Amino acid sequence: MKSTDIHWFKFAAPQNFYFLAGKMWPWFAALATVLTVVGLYISFFVAPVDAQQGQGYRIIFVHVPASQLSMFVYLVMAGWAGFGLAFNTRLSGMMATALAPTGALFAFLSLVTGAFWGKPMWGAWWVWDARLTSELILLFLYLGFMALQASIDDPRRADKAGAVLALVGAVNVPIIYFSVKWWNTLHQGASVSMKGASMATPMLAGMLIMVVAFWMYAIAIILLRVRSIILDRERHTDWVKNVVRTEYAVE
Amino acid sequence: MQWNSVSEFLNMGGYALYVWGSFGCTALVAVFEIWQVRAQRRAVLRNLSNELESNADSKEAQS
Repeated sequence: MKSTDIHWFKFAAPQNFYFLAGKMWPWFAALATVLTVVGLYISFFVAPVDAQQGQGYRIIFVHVPASQLSMFVYLVMAGWAGFGLAFNTRLSGMMATALAPTGALFAFLSLVTGAFWGKPMWGAWWVWDARLTSELILLFLYLGFMALQASIDDPRRADKAGAVLALVGAVNVPIIYFSVKWWNTLHQGASVSMKGASMATPMLAGMLIMVVAFWMYAIAIILLRVRSIILDRERHTDWVKNVVRTEYAVE
Repeated sequence: MQWNSVSEFLNMGGYALYVWGSFGCTALVAVFEIWQVRAQRRAVLRNLSNELESNADSKEAQS
């Protein structure tokens, strides 16, 4: 290996990742703030009114990002959990634990904003439809993962039990994604696909910017949360004791 | 500009409850999560700091 190569595994050590995450999160938080301001401006002042749904369609600018992140965060969580199960790395379990609450909140938001959209357009807050039901199951999978981990005292064993649940539950994500194709459903199909987008350019731009803003927010908040988890679980090491001594005096 | 007045903007073409409900819930969730993450960090630092102090006390008592 050349000496100029980046030693990625160095960052897999919780100690190194703690300080790396501390340096990175403010950048993601700043990007999230700027993109949210731009995205909201486009959502309300640039994107035109929809021909069919009037102003009500503007819910798309929070509904689509929340739904997309709820699914993607789950896959990342299952990925970290599976990696931890296979290679027994300490950081993997901590990352999975840090991802779950954010994913659960996105799934919750997807359902709430979906209800706010369903009521005026379909006439019902909720229907037992394939898309909605599979998204509800996703929320329950997140909550089940968190409850299972919380119920096991030994963190390494909690990681393993949680990882199995996360991996088995991952089958639900493609079911959510393809549910609008596989079953007859009230929910509309994807607005953006490989064939191109079925919406006006400013609407699409606003939606994509909001998606990226949600991404940046999720990364920032997960980095912040994993820092607390690393401190808690590496509490017996000298470096954590030093961090506590220096930072507790400041905060 | 697509809005002729502030009230027209707030009315959202009759969809005010649904549009503002969605954006409002999203904002509330973000505020809650940011508070939760900060509270968690303070709690972890407080616990570990107490643990360090009690360990130091017990060592002094032994010596």
